[in-house]
Amino acid sequence: MINSSLKELGAALAEKRISSVELATLLIERIEALNPTLNAFITVDREKTLAMARDADRRLGAGLAGPLTGIPLAHKDIFCSEGWLTTCGSKMLANFASPYDAHVVQLMKAAGLVTLGKTNMDEFAMGSSNETSFYGPVKNPWDNTRVPGGSSGGSAAAVAARLTPAATGTDTGGSIRQPAALCGLTGVKPTYGVVSRYGMIAFASSLDQGGPMAKSAEDCALLLSAMSGFDPRDSTSLDRPAEDYRRDLEKPLAGLKIGLPREFFAAGMAADVREAVDEALAEYRRQGAVTVEVSLPSSGLSVPAYYVIAPAEASSNLSRFDGVRYGYRAPEYTDLADMYCKTRAQGFGAEVKRRILIGTYVLSHGYYDAYYLQAQKIRRLIANDFVQAFRHCDIIMGPTTPSTAFALGAKSDDPVEMYLSDIYTIAVNLAGLPGMSIPCGFGGEGGKLPVGLQLIGNYFDEARMLGVAHRYQLATDWHKRMPEEA
Amino acid sequence: MPLNLDQIERLARLARIEISAADGGETRDRLNDVFALIEQLQAADTRGIEPMAHAFELAQRLREDAVTESDRREAYQAVAPEVEAGLYLVPRVME
Repeated sequence: MINSSLKELGAALAEKRISSVELATLLIERIEALNPTLNAFITVDREKTLAMARDADRRLGAGLAGPLTGIPLAHKDIFCSEGWLTTCGSKMLANFASPYDAHVVQLMKAAGLVTLGKTNMDEFAMGSSNETSFYGPVKNPWDNTRVPGGSSGGSAAAVAARLTPAATGTDTGGSIRQPAALCGLTGVKPTYGVVSRYGMIAFASSLDQGGPMAKSAEDCALLLSAMSGFDPRDSTSLDRPAEDYRRDLEKPLAGLKIGLPREFFAAGMAADVREAVDEALAEYRRQGAVTVEVSLPSSGLSVPAYYVIAPAEASSNLSRFDGVRYGYRAPEYTDLADMYCKTRAQGFGAEVKRRILIGTYVLSHGYYDAYYLQAQKIRRLIANDFVQAFRHCDIIMGPTTPSTAFALGAKSDDPVEMYLSDIYTIAVNLAGLPGMSIPCGFGGEGGKLPVGLQLIGNYFDEARMLGVAHRYQLATDWHKRMPEEA
Repeated sequence: MPLNLDQIERLARLARIEISAADGGETRDRLNDVFALIEQLQAADTRGIEPMAHAFELAQRLREDAVTESDRREAYQAVAPEVEAGLYLVPRVME
């Protein structure tokens, strides 16, 4: 049951082979057994979950169920969920029980999904290893001495350890795709504007995008169809007709043109990652796809451009945490200004403070043009590179990460080294394109650590991207592998 | 160009984040590592390139000037550190 696809779970629920309450109970018991080691969940609330499961069972009994009704789902703790603690991995929000639901949470509830809990994450989604969380690091289920990636590290570890069949994540510079790669999952970052950001605690508003994390492309297609859609409460939500992202799952690959960016296959990719990615590309060729070389000449500047733009937006977004309307307030202070300064000093962790200070610097008088505007111009060059590349191919592929999961603590004292973990994913956010990661083999010592293949689609081409991923998953079983202790 | 401690303290003041004397040096060193990374942008030729703020050039949507939300003041203030009679309390700013 724990390794079943969402389609199989949906069928089991519809045919009454299992009830939603039984399924939720089974998973809560797994969380109770494994979470003390993995630290993937910040909040689990058995009563709330079982109440939702009972409601789903009633809908199933009354014949009012959709394809996802009764299936458990974990939410990254960045999504405001009414009545649930919503911490964003920070001391600043450690006491924040959200008074409302994010749009994504509303849609998932409407689809009948049962909230299993809130997952651990890097503080305010700022990190690539889940080590900046106020709630402590998450362990990679494939090797507990290694990181699960981040910032959606708790969601990734929870799905990998089969504590939940699926989870939500958010991706600002790779925060869905990188942990999906390091934990052996399928994770999708949609085109910017496809999933509403309402109630998704803001990090860098022009880059943040929610998406699904699950075992397979088929599962993600089902989830994305439920979680996307226009929302007038997000000013950047795109008013487009609803889509069924499963529509291209059965499409054969013959004639598909896969672009391979020269810059992604240069120095910097570990040999084990390279081997797995090359083997995946060979499988695509066997299925009739052709590969062509493309170039993204400005992509080398995506990491520095991102570390101007994202902190600039973050410094503005996080100014709302001042100890007045919600969250933490310092216990002692002399006046209002001192209350702000002490609240923010005590409530934010080191990485969040660092990024606020970087953002404050690049937006400050005299530096705005040199840094912020220059970064935005480079953002345009990066986006233009993709426009050019898609003239020669239907989809772009490459590695998701330069290496397999690294050891806990290996990069936590060196921010720049950590930032480079997202070298292949950041350009996609800057351009606003859809991207995903699928498992394509194993590397590391003894071949026990998952490797991710990154797929990058053209704007609004999620359905094709998911179909291309699905065809690979029909021919391989990497996505069905699970860690031994799970 | 690397920042010195005075400049870091000025940034911290602008950002309303207190930095203790003990943490100043460490904060400066880590920030300077990041500024060295960002400095790479200066070498790129961006003459004639329009800055890109967003993936899509969107005009802000307008909506009808009509009430759409109900009054949930109590629910929203329940999560505030200190409230009284429907007001958020902060330290006195005027004598």
